[in-house]
Amino acid sequence: MTVRIQREPFDASAESDALSKGRHDVGAVVTFTGVCRGIEGDDTVRAMTLEHYPGMAEEEIEGHVAEAQKRWKLLGVTVVHRYGRFEPGDPIVLVVTASSHREDAFAAANFLMDYLKTKAPFWKREERSDGDRWVDATDADDEAAERWT
Amino acid sequence: MRVLYFAWLRERIGKTDEDIALPQDVRTAGELIDWLTQRGDEYAHAFENPKVVRVAIDRKHVKHDVAIAGAREIAFFPPMTGG
Repeated sequence: MTVRIQREPFDASAESDALSKGRHDVGAVVTFTGVCRGIEGDDTVRAMTLEHYPGMAEEEIEGHVAEAQKRWKLLGVTVVHRYGRFEPGDPIVLVVTASSHREDAFAAANFLMDYLKTKAPFWKREERSDGDRWVDATDADDEAAERWT
Repeated sequence: MRVLYFAWLRERIGKTDEDIALPQDVRTAGELIDWLTQRGDEYAHAFENPKVVRVAIDRKHVKHDVAIAGAREIAFFPPMTGG
């Protein structure tokens, strides 16, 4: 398990390779990259700043990776979440899951992303055309997370 | 006890953290919110809708009615929007 909270960019393909290279038991690697979006409905987002709770963010994500490892047969998991200011197109979050078969890798990646959206202590602030605003949590994200309980 | 604030709670209160000597009659996270609200307009503004405020005691999510005795660090923040 690798969990990192960092300001710096990540290399998604290198992280993905690291979980499968030289192994004969890995049959599926799911790599999800969350990217800063510049369009929100009819409005544009110039940039977005992510704030986190240092210490708690790592512990919380590690706990949920451990939960994913209990639920599915995983051969490797990497989660990287960035903080700081991002412009449209900048990668923000990376989840990589490796397994023998695709079902486990897909399900675990989905579970971890639903968790990251709703329970990991991160907060987004958007720079919009009419000023800055904190992003509200959405019911859709909460509902997506609840399907795992 | 160290108290931390994040996102718009931090902005409204105007500080990231502070050390607080807890009065004896403040027993839960919810009572601490009530007590903080009395400390000034910035706190009243930050906690104007306590129901939306999330709490973590020693870096674990908890409900407002959880006892805070023995806690080293208590954090207040809005619903999370990571990912």
